[in-house]
Parts: sequence; structure tokens; C-alpha cells
Amino acid sequence: MSVLVFTENWDGQFKKLSFELVSYASKIAEMLNTTTTAVSIGNVGDSELNKLGKYGADKIISVSDNKLVNLDNQAYTAVIAELAEKEGAKTIIFSNNNVGKALAPRLSAKLKAGLVSGAIKVPGTIDPFTLTKKVFSGKAFASVIIKSESKIITLAQNSFKLIEKNNTPSIEQYAPQVSDDLIKTSIKNVEKQTGKVILTDADIVVSGGRGMKSPDNWGPIEELAEILGAATACSRPVSDEGWRPHNEHTGQTGKIIAPNLYFAFGISGAIQHLAGISSSKFIVAVNTDKEAPIFEAADYGIIGDALKVLPELISAVKEVKSS
Amino acid sequence: MKILICLSNVPDTTTKVKFVDNNTQLDKTGIQWIINPWDELALTRALELKEDADASVESITVITVGGKDSETTIRKALAIGADDALRVDADPGDAYVVASQIAEAIKDKGYDIILCGIESSDYNSSLVGGMLSELLNIPSISAVSGLHISNNEVTLDRDIDGGKEVVSAPTPFVAVVQKGIAAEPRIASMRGIMMAKKKPIDVIAPQSVEVLTEFAGYELPQSKAACKIIDPENVKELVDLLRNEAKVI
Ligand SMILES: Cc1cc2nc3c(=O)[nH]c(=O)nc-3n(C[C@H](O)[C@H](O)[C@H](O)COP(=O)(O)OP(=O)(O)OC[C@H]3O[C@@H](n4cnc5c(N)ncnc54)[C@H](O)[C@@H]3O)c2cc1C
Repeated sequence: MSVLVFTENWDGQFKKLSFELVSYASKIAEMLNTTTTAVSIGNVGDSELNKLGKYGADKIISVSDNKLVNLDNQAYTAVIAELAEKEGAKTIIFSNNNVGKALAPRLSAKLKAGLVSGAIKVPGTIDPFTLTKKVFSGKAFASVIIKSESKIITLAQNSFKLIEKNNTPSIEQYAPQVSDDLIKTSIKNVEKQTGKVILTDADIVVSGGRGMKSPDNWGPIEELAEILGAATACSRPVSDEGWRPHNEHTGQTGKIIAPNLYFAFGISGAIQHLAGISSSKFIVAVNTDKEAPIFEAADYGIIGDALKVLPELISAVKEVKSS
Repeated sequence: MKILICLSNVPDTTTKVKFVDNNTQLDKTGIQWIINPWDELALTRALELKEDADASVESITVITVGGKDSETTIRKALAIGADDALRVDADPGDAYVVASQIAEAIKDKGYDIILCGIESSDYNSSLVGGMLSELLNIPSISAVSGLHISNNEVTLDRDIDGGKEVVSAPTPFVAVVQKGIAAEPRIASMRGIMMAKKKPIDVIAPQSVEVLTEFAGYELPQSKAACKIIDPENVKELVDLLRNEAKVI
């Protein structure tokens, strides 16, 4: 009956995302009076697996099968379904990131388990099992009831605080039945940037819009990001113009992010842009136009020229960082 | 290759949403309905491929689950260039209902490539494509920002954290597509709009589907506290607030 939580590792290491998920799962397990079982697929060492215990996993099932090195949605879903059945798990948790979005709906159809995606907190009530999520691109919240016996939740990123429980989990190595013909997709090529903070993962994001005037003015944005350990982002016209790469485009039709701090330099704050960033804990806006809608969404604002404010901000941040 | 695109009919992105019936229903008065932006990009990419002889795309079909009023959106897709359309005459209750209705309607129709948008801009669920692939028991590739066909081989660009992978998949499959799949959505030409009137929309009777989730009510977000304005001559104050008040740097 335990709560099953699907964790993700990057080259054998867990990131904050997985700890958030385990904390969340273990909070729900507490509400349901049961235990938390974390599933890990990939080659992850025991000491790394044990870290999941710190955030509340009672048991860890580790699957390291060479056939599963690449994400094949169908095969991964089959493995998780097998584990859910083996554990008798009726509540299964994923992140609402790319991988969770790829797997959770498949599993939902396979198990006939009602699914709420992008939940922002633990269930408000257990009976009925009610979750809250954002709808209409952040313009409203909906409460959704899962009526089926099996239930799946994907948790919105950066929406649940880590809880330390310091459990000593049991670790089970499990070899599922993965037949060769189950895996139908293959990877031909991988391009990966290294050394850059990943936008959807970043605690701080520094973003620029058309008000930055030219791609040549992005130096200070990158510098500020660098000293804050932040990721860089942009508005849609900026990526459409080719000033910045497409993977930096945030908003309704780009990436949806929820960092602790979002800087908007020369971004007007169109409703479609806000749809991607309004879950940020704090928003700072710098814009020459005091009527710009971004100031309605922002917590702190400077009415002024971004190109002048940026260098001063960089030196002020450097000063406090070095003190 | 036969391509199918799942269309969602959503409120225009600038809509100010309101609710009625004790906050349990969306107030539909005055709403302009559009093709979900990602579905529109999927359609655009399908049209590009159809024009490319190398890709040998035979036909492009669109499908939607919805009442008669969703036909305006279907006509738009036909005007942009889809060849024909299917409409399952059911209320799109939740993603599982939509996916189940589509799966039933198309299971014997032999589509090679099924495209769904990464999410619909109303319920933001990101579910239909994945559910549909499982119900049809075929592969799915998610977070797809590129689709290429050459010599009957299909490759897809899949976004991963900090990069992308090129994935090869046998047909049939479901691709869940996002930004990048096509540059700009196509718009209908006058000729397209005229031609769309003659294109067929096949209306399919719904199946009965188990209801797994229910939307119980809605709430509007609380308005945010007013923005604190800082003098551009005093950027240090901003850093101080971020450090000591917000505690984020
Ligand atoms: C279906 C649809 C989906 C969309 N999806 C997205 C999306 O996902 N993401 C997105 O961002 N947009 C999206 N858009 C576009 C959106 O409507 C806006 O057009 C866009 O966000 C505007 O980008 P911007 O703020 O960079 O540019 P602008 O609107 O041109 O604003 C530039 C701002 O910079 C200010 N400025 C000018 N000079 C300076 C200066 N020197 N210093 C400081 N400020 C200055 C100006 O006052 C202005 O407020 C979408 C639109 C549609 C129709």
C-alpha cells in the first residue's frame, strides 16, 4: 500500500528535484498512514541512494538494467507498473518535468489511475482525494478530485519544501522483466551543454526582453547570471529574432519555470510571458515604462534603463558576495 | 505516411478567465476560441513535411473531442491545410476521457504519426498524448522540438535537461510536441478558407468512458502586494532587499 515515488538521477547523482519529490511523497504517506518507497532507474551507488532516506524514503528499489540507459517511455512505464503492482502501491508520484510528463500519463492509462498533473501542494483532503493545480496558464487554481482507487500525481517543480526525516532506508536491487522487443525507440545522437545552469532547475533566473535592444547587450545579463549562479532566459520575441537560443524562451509557449528569484530586464510582462514565470517566488522588474504590466506581477521594480541599471546591479551584487 | 493531429479547442491566450455556478464552471461568455498554440505548430510542421516530397506524407487529418461548437476551430485547421477532420461528439471531461475517445475512434485507421501538443493552454495537463500512446500500445516520444522524415525513416529531436537527443522511432508512434517543432504557425489563406468549407468533418459517436478525475471548483489567485519601487540611483537598496527581506541571494 506504500506511496511510490519515481526519482531521477543525472549520471548517478540525485538533484534537489528528487529530494523534493521524496519529501512530498513521504508527507502524503504520513497522511495515508503508510510508508514511502522510492524507485530509481539507472546506476546509482548505495551511498547516493541512502540520501533519499534523509528526505523520508523508507524503502528504495533500485533498477540498473543496461537496456534502460535511455528513456523509452513504453519500457519505463512497464517497469514502474510492475513495481507498483509488486509493492501494492496505489499512490504514485512523479515530477511535472519532461520525464514525469512523458511517463505519468502512460502509467495512468495502463493502471486506469486518475492523474492530476502539476499539483502544487499535498492533498487538501484524502477522502475525497483532492489536489490543487494551476489552470489557464496560471490565471486560476482548480481543485481536482481523483476518484479511482489508484492515483497518480505529478508535482509542480519548486513547489514543495524539503523535509528532513533522516530515515535509514532498506535498499532492494530489482531486476524487472525487460524484453528486447519492448524497447522500440533508440538514441542516435546527444547534444549536451555542460557547465551551464539549467533553466528549469535554477533557483535564480536572469531574463531579458526586447527592451535590451540588441543581442550585443546580453553581456551584463550573462555576467549577473554567472555571479548569482543563475540561468539565463528571455521573452519570446527575443528568441524568435534569434538574439538568444530557443531553449531560453519562457512563457506560455516556451518554458514554464518557478525559480525563487526572476529578473526581468526590458520585458513588458505580456500575459503570455507571465504565464511562464508567475510562479516565481520573487520577481524583479527593470523597465523604462512605469505603466508596463510587468510591474503588476513584480515584487521589486526599478523604473529605468536596463542597460544602465545592470552594471550597477552587478557591482552591488559583487560587493555583498565578497563581504 | 498518414499524419493525425489531436487538436484542443482553447480560450484565446489573452482571455481574462471568470467562473460561474459557485466557481465550478468556466464562464464561456465572450471567449474567443483558438487552436491550442502547440497543436497549431504541430499542424504547421505536418504541412511542411507534406510539401517535402522526400517525406512522402499522404494525408493530414485532425481530430478533436468536443461538441458542435468546436467545429469552428476544426474549420480553421482545415483552412490552414489539413485534408480532413474527425470530431468525437463528447464532452472533453478530462484528459483520460479525451485520450480514450481518440483511441477508440482511430484504432483501425492506420495513422503512422500522431502528434499532440505538450499541453493545452486551458487545463495545462500535458496528458492526452501519453495516455493515447499507452491505450494504443505504441511508442511515445515527449518534449519533441523537431520531426524529420527522410527515406521513410523518422527521427525526432527530444529536449532533455541542458540539451537535446535525436531519437529514432518506428511508426506508428505518438509525438508530444512543443516549441521549436515549427517556427511560426501558418495562417489560413482566403483560398484555404473557401476550400475548408468543402472538406469533410466526420462526426463519431462517443464511447462510454470511466471517469477518473473531476474538476470540483476554481479559485482566482489573490492579487499580489504592490510592487516596491526602488530608485534607479540606488540599486544597492535592491540588493539589500533581495538579501535581507526576500532572502533569495
Ligand atoms: C499565442 C501567443 C503565445 C505567446 N507566448 C509567449 C511566450 O511564451 N513568452 C513570451 O515572452 N511571449 C509570448 N507571446 C508574446 C507576448 O504577447 C509579447 O509580445 C512578448 O512577451 C513581448 O516581449 P517583450 O516584453 O520582450 O517585448 P516588448 O513587448 O516589446 O516589451 C519591451 C519592454 O521593454 C521596455 N524597454 C524598452 N527599452 C528599455 C530599456 N532601455 N530599459 C528597460 N526597459 C526597456 C519597454 O518599456 C517594454 O515594456 C505570445 C503571444 C501569443 C499571441
